[in-house]
Amino acid sequence: MIKVKIPTPLRRFTKDLAEVEVEAADVKSLIEALEKKCPGIRKRLCEDDGSIRKFINVYVGDEDIRFLKGIETKIAQGKEISIVPSIAGG
Amino acid sequence: MADFTEEQIRRYSRHIILPELGGKGQKKISDAKVLCVGVGGLGSPNALYLSAAGVGTLGLIDMDRVDVSNLQRQIIHSTPDQEKLKVQSAKEKINALNPDVEVVTYTEKLSSKNVKEIVAKYDLVVDGCDNFATRYLVNDACFFAKKPNVYGSVFRFEGRATVFDPRSEASPCYRCLHPYPPPPGEVPTCHEAGVIGVLPGVIGVIQATEALKLIVGIGRLLVGRLLLYDALDMTFREVKVPKDPGCPLCSKHPKIKGLIDYEQFCSGV
Repeated sequence: MIKVKIPTPLRRFTKDLAEVEVEAADVKSLIEALEKKCPGIRKRLCEDDGSIRKFINVYVGDEDIRFLKGIETKIAQGKEISIVPSIAGG
Repeated sequence: MADFTEEQIRRYSRHIILPELGGKGQKKISDAKVLCVGVGGLGSPNALYLSAAGVGTLGLIDMDRVDVSNLQRQIIHSTPDQEKLKVQSAKEKINALNPDVEVVTYTEKLSSKNVKEIVAKYDLVVDGCDNFATRYLVNDACFFAKKPNVYGSVFRFEGRATVFDPRSEASPCYRCLHPYPPPPGEVPTCHEAGVIGVLPGVIGVIQATEALKLIVGIGRLLVGRLLLYDALDMTFREVKVPKDPGCPLCSKHPKIKGLIDYEQFCSGV
């Protein structure tokens, strides 16, 4: 199982859970699995073409997938996934 | 120690006895010029602690006036300050806390027209503003002027902090982290979504800590690392912020070559 850290703005899709566990081998299948468990979340994470929206960063462990293989990035068992949208509050 | 009066030596004694600071470190703090963008949730604790630490010159930029809804978190302002300009209210508190600090206030809206001239007067910038337009403007201005930018942001129960230091070729900038601002209306503001009052306290003090480390030249900075704080979960985590070889601003082939006013795209965000 892969643990996914859910940021506050997306917790309305996870019944306010800060962490969701899903089975996935890469980021693409992770998003599919997340959508099944938390309907509506994909539209907030992805563009229509399936790519991650530009103001949202996804990290496998502490690595930004933009500098790995994007949504094709493999996820090793036990790795934690963080979804980090841009915020500007001060 | 010749530069300090007896009273200053007593005031800063807990700093001066730190081997990492000493009289030399305190002198660097006294000579430092720091620009605080925003005197709200993040700017309040940041400005108070930098003033207490004896930062020589503190520039404060904010065009807003104190509103009762600010007082749940913007601790530099008090109930009788309502309707006062935030920079004026903050200046009064800073003067009372530490008369050594010279406070320079700016109430004009920060834009591509004035940011360059203002940033040029300071050694480093602490970004505690509340909107994307200003964050991108501050980042870009700091990059062009080669001034460190201590970043912090808050939203509901989550806070972030990192340091962008364009003096180093290896340092990422804000656009390496998030290349462009989100489209208007995609991300709610604290005004729309709320923020737990203690949250900007934690992040603002982390920003002040990084600012002091930058000034004195000690420790390991948050350059290349984004600190993620979750107040509900009470966890601190960090992720890497690599320099983006395709960054629209700081890469070898930049798309952005001048300052941009994003207001027209970002109003309401």
